Amino acid sequence: MKQIATDTAIKKPATKSRKISKNDLRNNVAGYLFIAPMLIGSAVLILFPIIASFFLSFTDWNFVTGLGGASFVGLDNFSALFQDSIFLKGLTNNFILLLVVPFGLAISLILAVVINKGVYFKDTFKVIYFMPYISSTVAIALVFQVLFHPTAGPINQILMALGVENVPGWIASSDWSLISVMIIIVWTQIGFQIIMYIAALQNISAQLYEAANVDGASKWYQFFKITVPLVTPTTFLLLIQGVVHTFKVFDLIIVLTEGGPANSSTIPVLYLYQQAFEELKTGYASAISVILFLILIAITFLQWIGQKKWVNY
Amino acid sequence: METGLKTIKWPKVFATLLFAIIGLLFITPFLWMISSSFKTEADVLKFPIEWIPSTWNAVENYSEVWAGTKSFGLYYWNSIKIAVLTTIGSAGFSCLAAYAFAKIQFKGRDMLFLVVLATYMIPPQAIIIPQYLIYSSSGLIDTHLGLILLNCFSAFGTFMLRQFFISVNDEIIESARMDGAGHFRTFFSMALPLVKPALATYAILRFIWTWNDYQNPLIFLRSETQYTIQIGIKQFADAHGSIYSLMMAAAVSAIVPLLVVFIIGQKQVIEGIALGGVKG
Repeated sequence: MKQIATDTAIKKPATKSRKISKNDLRNNVAGYLFIAPMLIGSAVLILFPIIASFFLSFTDWNFVTGLGGASFVGLDNFSALFQDSIFLKGLTNNFILLLVVPFGLAISLILAVVINKGVYFKDTFKVIYFMPYISSTVAIALVFQVLFHPTAGPINQILMALGVENVPGWIASSDWSLISVMIIIVWTQIGFQIIMYIAALQNISAQLYEAANVDGASKWYQFFKITVPLVTPTTFLLLIQGVVHTFKVFDLIIVLTEGGPANSSTIPVLYLYQQAFEELKTGYASAISVILFLILIAITFLQWIGQKKWVNY
Repeated sequence: METGLKTIKWPKVFATLLFAIIGLLFITPFLWMISSSFKTEADVLKFPIEWIPSTWNAVENYSEVWAGTKSFGLYYWNSIKIAVLTTIGSAGFSCLAAYAFAKIQFKGRDMLFLVVLATYMIPPQAIIIPQYLIYSSSGLIDTHLGLILLNCFSAFGTFMLRQFFISVNDEIIESARMDGAGHFRTFFSMALPLVKPALATYAILRFIWTWNDYQNPLIFLRSETQYTIQIGIKQFADAHGSIYSLMMAAAVSAIVPLLVVFIIGQKQVIEGIALGGVKG
């Protein structure tokens, strides 16, 4: 992402030939025509709605009363939200889900290093590990609903056959439901992360490893001192994407657990959906979207600051 | 490399075997799904798992899915239509904007690019309520057009394609412009062919994402005749709650066509993602 900044800096309008202003005019017209569909579409369907979300979050409006019935309630929605135990549970769950991101990235990097150099049939492995990523979330959720069945499901049958006595209740247990969600998130994202890491690894000069070999550095030393630092831009990118992804796992959770049992696997986006489209509390749900938006902006901002300390470009 | 071509490297063989075992974790749920979709209901949860069904029930299961109470054929057609049109629209708009942001000097360009980029940071759920209100006041609820428009304006696509346009040599563009070609001619005849691989990758990704999308159809579609395949299998699963063999047949119907597309175009998808990611 830092590349954007440098690109735009380099590509500052070349001020060498100001004389052909007719050409400038033509460039301006063409430029605006090219970007017009994208700009108008984004303005109407993305930028205006985000402003409207902020506005709605200060009202008590619901779909039923219509716009006339809306009144300004100040920060009431927000103070109610921070006393809403389901919302707070969802927020906590979402932060727990974040923990899965660095964990998954570590696994992906190790797998990527080995796939890149250490195995035969490299391309086949890439395809196999990548399959969950492109598969329909709804279908995957349905399959795992059965696989995770607490008594008769194949996963617990296998665990019992292996001699595990207290098998987890998975999606039927409030202690395990969020962990089940985490497992599926890692399972679906790993392939994508591996592909990204392999691409990053192929950009590392082989000479670095040759030199390290000459110096007698161990493979582990090379991994931590050459590989890990040099893939940090990819790690950073994947970290942001992974974090944003945990806020979007709506599809998976609504089909797999519907946030249950007893709200143990709910997250704010699911609660937002339920409040907006099932309870029809538009204002209240908008307050949730504003909080989500602010959290994501804050996380992105923190990561941008933090990256200077550990990302090597 | 130091060893001869014919030499088998045992650590590599060992690692390959290990990774094949790990790979089972990724492929087994799919195999289990396919195998279960061929079974009678009584055999689905039998343990040890019968990977090859002892009693075949495939015809019955799939005809229940495809010719039962839910019109899967229609859902399929809706999904294909929506995914294809979204892909065309999104790739087209992104490509035009990306070219301008990369290769045309116009006033306010960098600022406008940041505006588009900023939309990438906005989580879709944060804007879904106002989007719904806009749609219900303009009659776009329960229409495919509405659903298609929702995904047509992609900051990701614009950003990714812009990176590729930037790497197109300026001299090629300049020389076409010198010959008197307008921006549109230059774009279509010179620049577009050069970024075709990137465009193909983006198109495949957009197709997959749209095909798999559940949230937008769930919120914006109302009537059963408009449903996509994702809504269809969820409805089907709800209606046949505990009949797992039928659920799996429905899941296979949703996943397998896309898996086939992916396996055919895997090189393009995987390389494209890596390229887009590294460039991004």
